[in-house]
Amino acid sequence: MGLRKRSVGAVAVLAVSTLGLAACGQSSGGDSGGTIELTIAQNAIAGGKNAAAADFLANWVAPKFEAAEKAKGKDVKVKFIPSGVDDEQYKTKLSLDLKSGKGADVIDLDGIWAGEFAEAGYIKPLSDLVGASADSWDGWQQIPESVQGLATFNGKKYALPVGTDGRVLYFNKTLFQKAGLPADWQPKSWQEILDAGAKLKTAGVPVPIQINAGTAMGEATSMQGVLPLLAGAGGEVQKDGKWTGASQPLKDALGLYQKIYGGSGLGDPKLQQEAKGRDKSFQQFAGGKIGILMEGDYFWRGVVNPKDGVAKMADRDQTVGYALIPAMEPGKGLRGQDFVSMSGGALRTVNPNSKHPKEAFDLLAFTLSPDALKEETKDGNVRITPRTDVNKEILAGEPLLTFISEKVLPLTAYRPPVAVYPQVSAALQEATAAVVGGTAPDQAAADYQKKLEGIVGGAGNIAS
Amino acid sequence: MAQATSPLEVIDDAPARRFSSDAAGLGRLRAGAFVAPALALIAVFLVFPALWVLYLGLTNYRLTGTAAVEPQFVGLDNFVKAVSDPAFWNSTWLTVQFVLGSAVIGQVVLGFTIAWLMRDRTGPLKRTVEGLVILAWILPSAVVSFLWVALLDRDGGTLQALLHVPGFAPLLDHPMLSIVIFNTWRGAAFSMMLYGAALGNVPPSHLESARLAGASGWQQLRDVVFPHIRGHILTNLLLISLWTFNDFTPFMLTAGGPDGKTEVLAVHVYKVAMLGQELGYGAAVSTVILLINLVVAVFYLRLLRSKK
Repeated sequence: MGLRKRSVGAVAVLAVSTLGLAACGQSSGGDSGGTIELTIAQNAIAGGKNAAAADFLANWVAPKFEAAEKAKGKDVKVKFIPSGVDDEQYKTKLSLDLKSGKGADVIDLDGIWAGEFAEAGYIKPLSDLVGASADSWDGWQQIPESVQGLATFNGKKYALPVGTDGRVLYFNKTLFQKAGLPADWQPKSWQEILDAGAKLKTAGVPVPIQINAGTAMGEATSMQGVLPLLAGAGGEVQKDGKWTGASQPLKDALGLYQKIYGGSGLGDPKLQQEAKGRDKSFQQFAGGKIGILMEGDYFWRGVVNPKDGVAKMADRDQTVGYALIPAMEPGKGLRGQDFVSMSGGALRTVNPNSKHPKEAFDLLAFTLSPDALKEETKDGNVRITPRTDVNKEILAGEPLLTFISEKVLPLTAYRPPVAVYPQVSAALQEATAAVVGGTAPDQAAADYQKKLEGIVGGAGNIAS
Repeated sequence: MAQATSPLEVIDDAPARRFSSDAAGLGRLRAGAFVAPALALIAVFLVFPALWVLYLGLTNYRLTGTAAVEPQFVGLDNFVKAVSDPAFWNSTWLTVQFVLGSAVIGQVVLGFTIAWLMRDRTGPLKRTVEGLVILAWILPSAVVSFLWVALLDRDGGTLQALLHVPGFAPLLDHPMLSIVIFNTWRGAAFSMMLYGAALGNVPPSHLESARLAGASGWQQLRDVVFPHIRGHILTNLLLISLWTFNDFTPFMLTAGGPDGKTEVLAVHVYKVAMLGQELGYGAAVSTVILLINLVVAVFYLRLLRSKK
């Protein structure tokens, strides 16, 4: 009997200890006494990545929204959860959060992740989460169709678009002057880029041209590298439901990489291989070491921004020039265009795991109200917001963003909004890495096609 | 090295070592109750996850997309894919280089050398040397990695500033050598401490007799010291091989790059499972790594048991 008692005791101890462990696992957000706690997360952090956005969320959105809710008789507390990491790592963190039923109430994600997140059930259509108020949000009338498309998957709206962007060629006017190149440079073909690079090289510029390549830069290689080049050669990564394999446009795009990184000295192949290569390219451009750089408007707003960029350039407005990305040759670009670009955009949505989806949506809509967007974009932090009414007002004094919204957006292209795209993109990045490492473009294109067949489910889904 | 101990003696010993099977007098039930909590914890945190990984390896489970909601059973496809993937074998080969270079050669030789040189010393020199070596071991990986990146970086790294060789980029030109040297420096402390303790067990009288018989330093090491610490050497090799095999710290120096030249297996799994989001395939690769670990462990344990 005594023996049994003891073993019963042991089992009880065990049960209690496992209960204790289970309790440790649940750290609930806590609704202490009527207060609703909301969290908002973004890949932004004070003093680091997207510092202005972090400051805006923590020091303007949070107190203003709390005050506005208080006026309505609701006790709401808003907390900003910062991150400051590479986009790929942020994506992993976010998907793990969502998968385990956690994460902030309001989350930001890259538009291109919407498909795979929606398929996994990590994000839900807003109308399912918060009801009709999502569809009747007054902001929708102000958002252009193409930008709404970023937030739409299978005909349903999964998020509110936060804005859009575009890619251009940046150049350093000081270096251009040294090399005898014009300050209003606008190349009309790839050859003209290479010619300018050669002149910069003769003038002693260490890195004449930087076009992102390799796997270390992740999606930056696709968006600011191989995809605009592919578009410039008249190609698309996916067309009419068929993926592009080892096509001539891809070979041309990879061929340009070879001309820049294959021993011509026009680019720095090692920069494409380094773990923090993209960050270094920012610093090198700001330090006057890079002549021509293909980047998005984020570079202008968040990197060389004289106020709070990660690689500030005090004389940005005088020194940094920008030009449209030319097609391989005039008229040879996508849709027969002379110039091309690529666009994407971030989304902001309500976490399906949120305990207060309605309040979370109110917070979400609040961050995209005209007042909030104007506040966010003041003092030199202008970006292209989703709302036409706001854009009209704020872009007026901003030369680059006016340029992008008027000249670039009409001719831009978007990535295919399908779940498998990120894997295809990774394979494209590997192809550029191979060319930078010395593989012939035709061979790299053939290897890409082979990988692509494995990703998209056989050769039948690839255009011949 | 060869010792004239016949395996028969071991068998002769066996009956003498037989103890009562219930030394503590608890009885089977009570003894079982005592170990039950520990066994339950092991079951929950070790056995279950291990079995779960085995199961995941048989599915096409992904972090996102449709396969995250409804993973399909794909049988051994993932394992076939792993063993037929050149990237996997490349990573395995890199891991072998990393283990041989930094653990079996680097840490053992450096750790033993320090222990041997310091064996008779006392005072501040010994304390300083040991303190520095142990400091390299106990500092957090993130801190240490940052220091090494600051040392080896090609723009403005300390080494670059000292040597003034333009274009010298150790992390890009000699990535494997860089992480081997890094890990040797990082992990030598464990070997040093273990050998230091082992050397204390070598009877001084044996060494003295050897010296009187005219044995050189190397002969003393070979014929007196090594036979005494053979078990320590093998245990140390087993532990550091397995640790190094599964070490993720190189990622913080090179992120597996450039172009996968330092993508050891631990980094490879992280890349396919977390960044590539193929959790099912990643689980299969992890299982294969577990098998390789078992082979390595069995190999050392057999060495340890033979000719004891």
